[in-house]
Amino acid sequence: MAERAARLRARYGAAPWHLVVVTAALVLAGWVALRLAHEATAGRMLLWFLGAVIAHDLVLFPVYAAVDRGLRALARGRVTLLNHLRAPALGSALLFLVFSPGILRLGETTHLAATGQDQRPYLMRWLLLSAALFLLSAVTYLLRRRQASPKRSDSA
Amino acid sequence: MPPKPPGVDTIERSWRSPLRGPWLTAVYGTALLVALPLVIITGLLDYVAYGPQFDQAFPTDVGWLRLPAFDWPTRPSWLFRVTQGLHVTLGIVLIPVVLGKLWSVLPKLFDWPPVRSLAQALERLTLLLLVGGILFQIATGLLNIQYSYVFGFDFYTAHYFGAWIFTGAFVAHVVIKFPRLVTALRSRPFGAQLRTSRAATRPEPPDPDGLVATEPGPATVSRRGAVGLVGGGALLLAVLTIGQSLDGPLRRTALLLPRGRQPGPGPNGFPVNRTVAAAGVRPEQTGAGWRLTLRGGGRTMTLDRSALLAMAQHTAALPISCVEGWSTRQAWTGVRLRDLAARAGVPDPASARVSSLERAGLFRTAVLASNQVLDPDALLALRVNGVDLSPDHGYPARVIVPALPGVHCTKWVAEIDFQGRTDG
Repeated sequence: MAERAARLRARYGAAPWHLVVVTAALVLAGWVALRLAHEATAGRMLLWFLGAVIAHDLVLFPVYAAVDRGLRALARGRVTLLNHLRAPALGSALLFLVFSPGILRLGETTHLAATGQDQRPYLMRWLLLSAALFLLSAVTYLLRRRQASPKRSDSA
Repeated sequence: MPPKPPGVDTIERSWRSPLRGPWLTAVYGTALLVALPLVIITGLLDYVAYGPQFDQAFPTDVGWLRLPAFDWPTRPSWLFRVTQGLHVTLGIVLIPVVLGKLWSVLPKLFDWPPVRSLAQALERLTLLLLVGGILFQIATGLLNIQYSYVFGFDFYTAHYFGAWIFTGAFVAHVVIKFPRLVTALRSRPFGAQLRTSRAATRPEPPDPDGLVATEPGPATVSRRGAVGLVGGGALLLAVLTIGQSLDGPLRRTALLLPRGRQPGPGPNGFPVNRTVAAAGVRPEQTGAGWRLTLRGGGRTMTLDRSALLAMAQHTAALPISCVEGWSTRQAWTGVRLRDLAARAGVPDPASARVSSLERAGLFRTAVLASNQVLDPDALLALRVNGVDLSPDHGYPARVIVPALPGVHCTKWVAEIDFQGRTDG
């Protein structure tokens, strides 16, 4: 018995319970896929499912990694400055990512039908929130610098 | 082992962050392990709240994935307010944690060789379901609550079945990785990590999963900073989302969401779900000629609005809560549904089907279970906050029932059909 388990382990690459667990997840997903296959919009759902992975792993990640590289170049080794740029940039980007449907006014008619209001205010609010995040970060950066070098602030 | 194709080494060397490693991944993973089950359970409860036993939970045909049906309770009256509010708010708040977790494991995507064994191949397939599942659920959920249906498929179908694909992969991932998570968390004490400065931050020792960079650069952020950045993002989203579920001036803090805005001043100035114009209900239908039709036990009767106002009036402060994550509590006044049931000759109904003047729309009718008709606070509301309902809030009459999803609190009611216990 132990020998058979060891053989399975060698061939499969993991313990038998591993096979049970991943098979269960794959069977469930397969069953859902078969069930949805006859839906007219099944192709679009699959496209969005796989597209979400591609959009994150191969678009969003390279983009934010590249922006971070740009910020590093801008800060030229001043790590505190770099982080005071990174934090508000991340906050602003996060808000855009989550609330882009309103900010970009995608769905004006459904929004109006559901709420009786248009989507106009969101863009300006996002810009103001982003500006507030950068301002807050700039102010704390200046305060930290003053604390770190009291001599310079005395002479200023 | 076959030779590595060009570029693999370059990619491997380009992972420079000294923070990536089992400990940080385990911290983000623990947050998700604790919070995601809450999102899953409240989501499933929302489905049950819609009443699958009356075929009014969408999608209706779910085969083996049918949930155990039970009568959705009317108490506490804020039950649905909490389940849908938690589902949507927590779902939004967790987005930075999901992004942080994915950042921490991204090098694994470019693992070489891509497949070492059958076990690894199958596991990577479940990871595709896990990552695709969570991103799909986040994307469809976010678009739905912001009324942007750019995806072009049915939201309910996609979000329900997407949830099952994700949950299956999530359970598998937790079962497989839980020992790793425990080892990683034990490898360095949490408190000490949070006290380590940036200058003292060192990479973790090489790990079997290959999360730790082979050529890490100097730390520009401490681990405390990395946890704080993700936590700060979650806090920022929480502050901008929670207002949807609050009444009073704090509601406006949901600055970027549709339900942070009040549609107007006055007693009727609270969020509307579906305007009278969108429902296609015309003023002549709701004027003096409007009649409420009551059916029960084979009999039919009609009442006009003054007859309803002449019946015993009851006032109840009840929340109206939408599955899209917003809610508001208002004081509703009207006739108890159980009084109307008695008037129709069915004092102990098994259910009641409420129909709206609305001709189209998924929610033009709703079935209420027995407990939802008989609750003393279940009303056919005629007034709100001391004044007549506005057209957008359902004038001349709307249903309001404790803990009932908002879309089943039918507006512009035309007819209530009470089913007796023996009618089938």
